[in-house]
Amino acid sequence: MALPTTPIESHKSRGTGKCRTLPNKYKLFLMAFPFLVTTFIFYYLPISGWIYAFYDFTPGIPLSDTPYVGLKWFKSIAQNPTQMEEVLRVMKNTVAMSTLGIITSVFPVAFAILLSEIRTAWFRKIVQTLTTIPNFISWILVYALAFTLFSVDNGIVNILLIKLGFIEEGINFLATNSNIWLTMIAWYWWKSLGWGAILYLAAITGIDQELYEAAEVDGASRFRKIWHITVPGIIPTFFVLLILSIGNFINNGVDQYFAFQNAMNKDSIEVLDLYVYNIAFANNFPFATAVSMLKSVISVMLLFMANSMSKIVRGESII
Amino acid sequence: MRKMRKTTTGGIAFQAINYTLFALFTLTCIYPFYYLFINTISSNDLSAAGYITFYPREVHFDNYMNVLKIDGLAEAAYVSIYRTVVGTLLTVGASAFLGYLFTKNEMWLRKLIYRMLIVTMYFSAGLIPWYITMNNLGLTNNYLAYVLPTIITPFNIILVKTFIEALPPSLEESAAIDGAGYLKIFGSIIVPLITPILATITIFSAVTQWNSFIDTAFLMTDTKYYTLQFLLWRYLNESTSLAALIRNSQDMAASVQHMQTPGSVRMTVTMIVVFPILIIYPFFQRFFVKGILIGAVKG
Repeated sequence: MALPTTPIESHKSRGTGKCRTLPNKYKLFLMAFPFLVTTFIFYYLPISGWIYAFYDFTPGIPLSDTPYVGLKWFKSIAQNPTQMEEVLRVMKNTVAMSTLGIITSVFPVAFAILLSEIRTAWFRKIVQTLTTIPNFISWILVYALAFTLFSVDNGIVNILLIKLGFIEEGINFLATNSNIWLTMIAWYWWKSLGWGAILYLAAITGIDQELYEAAEVDGASRFRKIWHITVPGIIPTFFVLLILSIGNFINNGVDQYFAFQNAMNKDSIEVLDLYVYNIAFANNFPFATAVSMLKSVISVMLLFMANSMSKIVRGESII
Repeated sequence: MRKMRKTTTGGIAFQAINYTLFALFTLTCIYPFYYLFINTISSNDLSAAGYITFYPREVHFDNYMNVLKIDGLAEAAYVSIYRTVVGTLLTVGASAFLGYLFTKNEMWLRKLIYRMLIVTMYFSAGLIPWYITMNNLGLTNNYLAYVLPTIITPFNIILVKTFIEALPPSLEESAAIDGAGYLKIFGSIIVPLITPILATITIFSAVTQWNSFIDTAFLMTDTKYYTLQFLLWRYLNESTSLAALIRNSQDMAASVQHMQTPGSVRMTVTMIVVFPILIIYPFFQRFFVKGILIGAVKG
């Protein structure tokens, strides 16, 4: 790609003694330029692919030989009852998972508050170290662990349940549609609870210790101290993260659901992101692109909403 | 002696419950890894019958020896290590340099460019447009597909930028007065000062690279580009390929008394994929906890 040399060469040096050198503002821009090109190629160039949503495209046939169909794919979402049903089902899953995620986002807050109440330093350290490990393994590995622990014949969970007399035969926990939303949120928190609490632990460390001492002198109980000092101290952090999660309301990510999906649970596990992946894998390129586009539009709207909320709540915008 | 903190019955009960809850959750987090490990080193017969629950029995390491001989596993390990090392180096280098450049108010179009970068965290073109672009760029069945797209990671750039902004500006100013240019200041003053945050993003991007599998699923059709994660995913889903794999590995090791089962192969591959993280993690933990905190204070 050609460098934008013209404006720089024509720039009149003020004669400060550095006649030949570029002004700093362009020098900095030029240093960043290769990275900006990279950003453009991998984040912005793909947007040109939206054009595929307006064609009857099949992989293998060049776009120039493909009929232009206008808004056909968008209309098909609204007009084709089966497709509409599909999209509604997927939206229901998406909204359910995101809402569960937002409701349970108080878990890491509780985790941090309770952990900060533990006075044994080594115990606190061990808890913090070991509970953050699952955050660093992939969802495929989480699934592999689940596969082993919950397997029907020799998984420890089924063995224990049988030995304790709760069940007669092993249950195939991973191939069931019942309670799948709760199972998914449980795995999510297993993976990310310890890590999610780190920010709140930091916020608690940042609270002025004198407040606690003063409260103690006034005879405040443990719970009063938590309620009147710790909670207000970390609420700003909580709100920031809450606002950020609103911007990502329909982006559940795909990894977790991709790893855990199977023929039995597909109906309730297919969130919007996974749905796009699945129709893409089925080679329905134009429809997958159309759904992605709608998703992006909703995302941007939510982002602006979150942004203005952020301005109101903390006087600072996200973007 | 008079104690400030009163020990009431309620207080003791609270502490007891608190300690128990954390002990239980910590066990839940770590036991699956332990369970998997003791099953891979125990007799495969006992393991398949579900006898190995709390401690290993008839310890042997044949599972590891045999699984490592499986066709394609060494290659997959190479691909995983390659993308982790090269991808991490590129990401960390680019994040450090760009993060530094974005602290310079005098940069032309700085605000606009920075915003364009941040927006990409919330917004993407979608899977198919991305796939078609990658395909047009010749990045399917190509090692570069693993390392080029991750060079720019907006979150890392924010972390570096915030970290540098928290440093005393006088350090840079005095170097600038001595006539040092941007590159010189970056190399000899900024980089040594930001090592904690660089360690943080090193572990972040290394873990991301090691854990990625969706890109393999879409971009790579040739088996020689498969990563360990992707192989594991296939082993978990395709019983036929797994059966074939065991037959192969057992031909190779006909004299072995510990016969592989589909379960033992799966568990062993899982363990091989998870080992690097479990080993590296404790060394880096203090770095990234500190690093993320510093980066997040202003975030």
